[in-house]
Parts: sequence; C-alpha cells; structure tokens
Amino acid sequence: MRTAFIRALLELAENDERIYLIVGDLGYSVVERFAQRFPSRYLNVGVAEQNMTGIAAGMALSGKVVFTYSIANFPTLRCLEQIRNDVCYHEADVKIVSIGGGLAYGALGMTHHATEDLAIMRALPGMVAVAPGDPIEAEGATRAIAGQSGPCYLRLGKAGEPNVHAPGTHFSLGKAITVREGDDVTLIATGGLLYNTVKVAEQLSLNGLEARVLSMHTLKPLDTESILAAASQTSAIVTVEEHSLIGGLGSAVAEVLAELGGRKPPLTRLALRSGFVPEVGSQDYLRETEGLSVNGILRSLQRVLQSVEK
Amino acid sequence: MAELLAVLYGSVMRVDPARPNSPDRDRFILSKGHACAALSAVLGERGFFPLDWLKSFCQNGSRLAGHVTHRGVPGVEASTGSLGHGLSIACGMALAGKRDGRSYRVFTILSDGECDEGSTWEAALFAPHHMLDNLVVIVDYNKIQSFGRVKEVLDLEPLGEKWKSFGWSVREVDGHNVSELRSTLQEVPFQVDRPSCVIAHTVKGKGVSFMEDKLLWHYRPPDDEELRQALNELEAAE
Repeated sequence: MRTAFIRALLELAENDERIYLIVGDLGYSVVERFAQRFPSRYLNVGVAEQNMTGIAAGMALSGKVVFTYSIANFPTLRCLEQIRNDVCYHEADVKIVSIGGGLAYGALGMTHHATEDLAIMRALPGMVAVAPGDPIEAEGATRAIAGQSGPCYLRLGKAGEPNVHAPGTHFSLGKAITVREGDDVTLIATGGLLYNTVKVAEQLSLNGLEARVLSMHTLKPLDTESILAAASQTSAIVTVEEHSLIGGLGSAVAEVLAELGGRKPPLTRLALRSGFVPEVGSQDYLRETEGLSVNGILRSLQRVLQSVEK
Repeated sequence: MAELLAVLYGSVMRVDPARPNSPDRDRFILSKGHACAALSAVLGERGFFPLDWLKSFCQNGSRLAGHVTHRGVPGVEASTGSLGHGLSIACGMALAGKRDGRSYRVFTILSDGECDEGSTWEAALFAPHHMLDNLVVIVDYNKIQSFGRVKEVLDLEPLGEKWKSFGWSVREVDGHNVSELRSTLQEVPFQVDRPSCVIAHTVKGKGVSFMEDKLLWHYRPPDDEELRQALNELEAAE
C-alpha cells in the first residue's frame, strides 16, 4: 500500500506545486523518490511528531497541501492535540499518513500496533478518516484526499498486500465499494482485512450462502446509505477490522443501526477484543490468534450464519 | 506583554487591517494564548474589528474567547491556548515564506512556562537548522508560571544561553522599555540565516502596585474597585 501511495503522490505533486511531504525521520526506501524529485517540497523534521504536525498546519495556513508521514501511532497519537487544535480547528489542508495500520508491525511489539487510531481520528471534528483495503484503494484514496480540502487521515498497511480490486476500480471518498454482491448476509470490512473478508465470502458461497462484501474504506464520512441498504436487504451484518472493538468500523456501523427504527438485522463486530494484543508475531500470526484469519472469521460467523440459514 | 504587542503592532509588523489576508503580511502568533485579552485590545485598537467587540470579551455568544481564537476574528492567524503549539505553527509559516520567496516575517510570543513543553524545543531545534531568519521568538520572561516561581517549578536558567546554544541569535531586553523594544525588534533579523530570539524580562502585572509579580492575578479578575484603582495607576504613569 505504501508503494501505491508514494507512486500516486509523486504523480499528484507533478501537477500541483502546493503538495509537500513532511516525514518524521521514517520512510526509508519509500519516500526517497519524492525527496529526489521535489527536494524543495520535501522535509524531514527529525524525530519530532508534534513539531511535524504544527509545521504542517503552519504551512497549510500558508497555502500548501501538506502530507505528514510516519508509522504506527507516531503521526496520530503522539501529536494528537496538534492534530485537533492546529490542524482540525483551522481546517488546515493537512493529510496525515500512517504506515503500519493495525498489526502490520506485529512482531515489533505493542508500541508499533496502531489499534485505536481510527476511533480517535474519526472523533475529531472535520477529520476525514480513510483505511484502504488494498493497494488499488490506497492509490485512489491518496488522489481523493489530495483533492479534498481539509484534514484527512490515511491509514495504510505496509507493503506486499494483495490486490482485491481490478486496476482502475473507481474510488470515491465516503462511498463504500461493493466487492461482491449477495443478499444473505453483509460483510463490511475496512483496511487490510478486506482480502480475508472476500475469502470468507467465497467459502460461504461454497456452502450456498451468498455474502455481500462492502469495502468501507472511508470511516468518516461514513456511507450510511450502503449500511441501510444492507440492513434492509440482508439478514445479518458483520463488520471486520484490524482495530480495537471500541470506536472503529464496528462502532460506526452500530451507531447507524442503533438509530434505525423497526426491525434490524443482528450485528456482529469482529475486531481486536483483547485490548493490548498479548502476543508478538507476524501480522498473519496475530490475525490468527485474534480470530481475524479467514478460518477465524468463519468460526466466529458460525452462530450468526446458523440463524440466517433458518 | 502589553508593551510587546503595542510595539509589534504599532511600529514593527507590516500589517494592514483592511487586508488581513494579504499574502505578504507579517504574521503574529500569540503562543501564550491565555494572554488573549491584550491581543484582542490591540487588534481592536488597530482596527481589525470594531472596538465595541471588546465589551463582549468572554461573554456568552461572543467571538472573543478567553484564549486566542481565529474563527470569526480578523487579524488572528492561529488559535492557541494549549501551550507549546505556537512556535511550530510559526516555523511552518516561516518555512513556507522562505520556500515561496516571500518577504514576510513571523513573530511569536511565548510564555516562560511554555518553555517547559518539549514541543517548544522541537521547534527551537528546527528553526536554526532551516535558517529561518524570518522568524522571531519573544519570550515573555516574567519568571512566574501557573503554580509559582519559574525558578522553583522548573528552572529555565540560563534561558538565553539555551536558545543561543540551539542556534538562535539572542538579545535580552527590558520588556517594559518601549524604546528599547522598538529599536530591538526593528533590527530583526539580528543575524542573516539565523532566527531571532528576544528574551523580554518582564514583571507580571507591571504598573499596578497590588498586582505586580503576584501569582493571584494569573487567576483572579479584578472587582470594580480594584479595576478603578488599577486604571488610575496606569493612567497616572502615562
């Protein structure tokens, strides 16, 4: 995803002189091409995320479109108040990019697990929050946020994620992509777990159950229309995310359903339930232990799906 | 503080109340956003907004808050109030000016208390590295912070030496001496390719006998009688 991001950013910067990239001394083997191509629009502020974010706000208030870039929680939680006061309150054109969303840096330990970022970013007034599901979405999201005035948060994976979509798939902020049609159950994914979610749907199909799969890449503004459609057209809704159970995709969908009158389908939220992930390991390993692998998701769905089949 | 603002807006900064968003205007950021009352008075006096707005300061429904707020207030560049934010924003504005080849300067006033904030020193490292000689920091060094004497809470000394060692061109002045402030601030940058730092030695509540150097007046607004006495003392001194 980070490769797709930087490729898109390079292209955007060719045509828009306002675009700057500021990094907090991270981005080895990713951002160098930008630095070489646009040395006067690239800045490494050192290991200083609060300053990075304040500078980005100051530059944006001087007419620039500024991307800040770091990994895990460093460009978000470390400088949260700068994001709230300096970026959001000023409606500054700052795009915050984090690499390693969720458990992408699983083996590096708790400090590098970005597992509450979406909850916190989407709570901030004026902040657009996006978690692309594959490199195709990452590229579309990069272009979309560059063209959208105001604060945005872009949560990316790392590198080597498989494509889910065909190249050229249309990406629109705040509009979920229907990856797979189906009227029995709706699976809604955000971020890198989209791939596993599609695999789950394929497994279900072998058992005669057709799952609709929505890629809810934008958590804010949320595509309530597609959620309401799923609520009226399918018998159960399941959310899948590599994020805390609190405040992320599952919460966002629950908020929509809670305010919906009348009969509504059961909601199952698959997310990180254990607070701090208690183990160390690769992203795949931790997805397994947290029940977010393809088999893990299928196991969790068994009870839900039995009720659907009835 | 009042003298600093009066000198900046009266005889140093290039600002035009009729064109508050002119791209070449000098920028001012009051990083110590709690001193908002003084900035509001200066902006009103300078004509950025009608003077009678001041009567609404901190009142229900007012656009003038107790900490600096830009929304709906012409002349305010950035909202502040949480300490340690202003200098980074100022660095961003100064850097953008440099990269765009513009001639504007960026002035910011810090409190001594906010020199406790790590983010202040992140920005203090940044500005000299990028040779931001269009950036001016003024530290309102009244040696008293929220809970007591700076020396007792978290000593900053040697403060001038700290800024100097970070690469700033530093001058120390009497923050109540208007002519000294004017001549000093009119000379920025003190050195080419270096940001300027003015340590303004001040006395909190200067000019009001019962307020001077008293922590209490960081928190308490004067009652009617105290206000009358304070204004009398200030007018007598003019």
